[in-house]
Amino acid sequence: MSVIEARGLRKAFSTTVALDGIDLRVEEGHILGLIGPNGAGKTTTLNAILGLTPYRGELKVLGRDPWNQRDELMREVCFIADVAVLPRWMRVSQALEYMVGVHARFDRRKAEGFLAKTAIAHHRKVRELSKGMVVQLHLALVMAIDAKLLVLDEPTLGLDILFRKQFYDSLLNDYFDGSRTIIVTTHQVEEVQQVLTDLMFINHGRIVLSCSMEEFEARYAEVMVKPEHLAAARALKPIYERQVLGRCILLFDHVARHQLAALGEVRTPNIADLFVAVMGNPRGPAQGAAR
Amino acid sequence: MNTESNVLRESGVDSETVATASLSHTQPFYWSVRREVWENRWIYVGQLAIAAVCLFGFLINITRWLARMHGLATTNPMKHWETVALPYAVVAGVMMGTLILMSLFYSADALYSERRDRSILFWKSLPVSDLTTVLAKASIPLVILPLFTIAITLATHLIMLLLSSIVLPANGVSLASWWNELSILQMWGLLTYHILTAHALWPFPAYCWVLLVSGWARRAPLLWAALPVVAIAALEKLVLHTSHFAAVVGTRLIGGGAPTDFTAGEMFPFGPMTHITPGRFLGAPGLWIGFAVAAVFLTAAVRLRRYRDPV
Repeated sequence: MSVIEARGLRKAFSTTVALDGIDLRVEEGHILGLIGPNGAGKTTTLNAILGLTPYRGELKVLGRDPWNQRDELMREVCFIADVAVLPRWMRVSQALEYMVGVHARFDRRKAEGFLAKTAIAHHRKVRELSKGMVVQLHLALVMAIDAKLLVLDEPTLGLDILFRKQFYDSLLNDYFDGSRTIIVTTHQVEEVQQVLTDLMFINHGRIVLSCSMEEFEARYAEVMVKPEHLAAARALKPIYERQVLGRCILLFDHVARHQLAALGEVRTPNIADLFVAVMGNPRGPAQGAAR
Repeated sequence: MNTESNVLRESGVDSETVATASLSHTQPFYWSVRREVWENRWIYVGQLAIAAVCLFGFLINITRWLARMHGLATTNPMKHWETVALPYAVVAGVMMGTLILMSLFYSADALYSERRDRSILFWKSLPVSDLTTVLAKASIPLVILPLFTIAITLATHLIMLLLSSIVLPANGVSLASWWNELSILQMWGLLTYHILTAHALWPFPAYCWVLLVSGWARRAPLLWAALPVVAIAALEKLVLHTSHFAAVVGTRLIGGGAPTDFTAGEMFPFGPMTHITPGRFLGAPGLWIGFAVAAVFLTAAVRLRRYRDPV
């Protein structure tokens, strides 16, 4: 059974269409990165998955209908919706007590173990913690839940690079065990590239690209083309071209690497570069990618 | 083959029972109420502060009260209780007024502040239903706040009793006759009954209305809650030249008009002459109509909490 299965997911607000027919299938054990510009529909997609917003179309999360079964679903799904949504008046000890009281799958000892690695004292109130500590606390609470699906919506927004690095490190080392599933949206694309197993670009409420990271590495190649080979390289129809320090960097889709190697230095592109290429180029690889 | 599947089935059943057993350990409603009290510490801290002010008032007025106690023999015996119990009645009245204000302010904040500070996204990430949350919030003005008021008022009375029993004999007033006239236990019983009926059950629909608006308003929920009430009252006055609606709302709020059968015109309805009639109270259609209205408001509030985004 897929963890998430969506078909023709639609959502319209009074003036805008937020989701314009999303088809989505996430299997157990995958870490999916949902990447898109502001207002692309990322958060709306996640909200639909979490039962926070009504939608049209078919959607099943762990076999349940999120909108009508949110509280049951939340026994097996957890999410960090945003930085700083922990209630500011709450003490760390109260948060632990409360979680034990309402969540059957919450392991207090585990959460205390995670907190012991931070500088967060139990008697502190959330409002007295720094932004980074609040995220650490939230992550500690969430990682102590034995959930099947974890949804992260911009979990590291506004944090400094040390905290961001730590966040993804502990997520991978202390939480992800191959049977859990994670969906993450973020603008800090470079930092999640090594973390993801699957990649999805979304824009104007539609999926623009959807592939596994292996596919991504096999399909896309970036070549720093030597000036003398530029014409030959352009003949291979790059999907994007940019200039860095006077050198031309061309991004290719579905072009064999040995063919490219003759033109210059070949490497796997950053997700961020592919993102710019795909989003800046409406006729780009979308047709091929969005099945 | 067979044994294997049997083992599998058995272990499946086992983990199922384990899961249900551990699930039944959670008490979402209890913890939802606890978190309301944690979040809104002012609902008892505020009452304690008011009680402290009352005690202070009692202390600085104690000589005046002593003078009236001395003159007691010359006054009408029917009026004795009023003099004897006056400070206690005043404190109880002040505490009840505080209770009304606190219930209103709490209800106006209940479903609003969690949207304003976006913490609703945290609460909704947990397996607690909107119904549980809304009921927990409604239980504050219905049960928790009145119980705090009763406890704090009785504690204040106890301190005053202690002070009185030191001051009165020292000033030549007989403690025994004062105690007889006061009939404190009966007063406490009436006080408890009065707060639970007239200040919790009877005004419950009014608090549920405010709770509903707090789940809807984007700002100033108390104002939005009052606006339609004022508008309807004004319209009735202009068109029909009557003010039934305003009267109904007013009596619901201050607990007047509740059929608890207190002697009419009595300012502090817990003197020894008062008779309570729980049967009449429970049989009053107004009480049950109020509950029906409250249920409608709460249902709407549950729906709103599901649909409404953070402010």
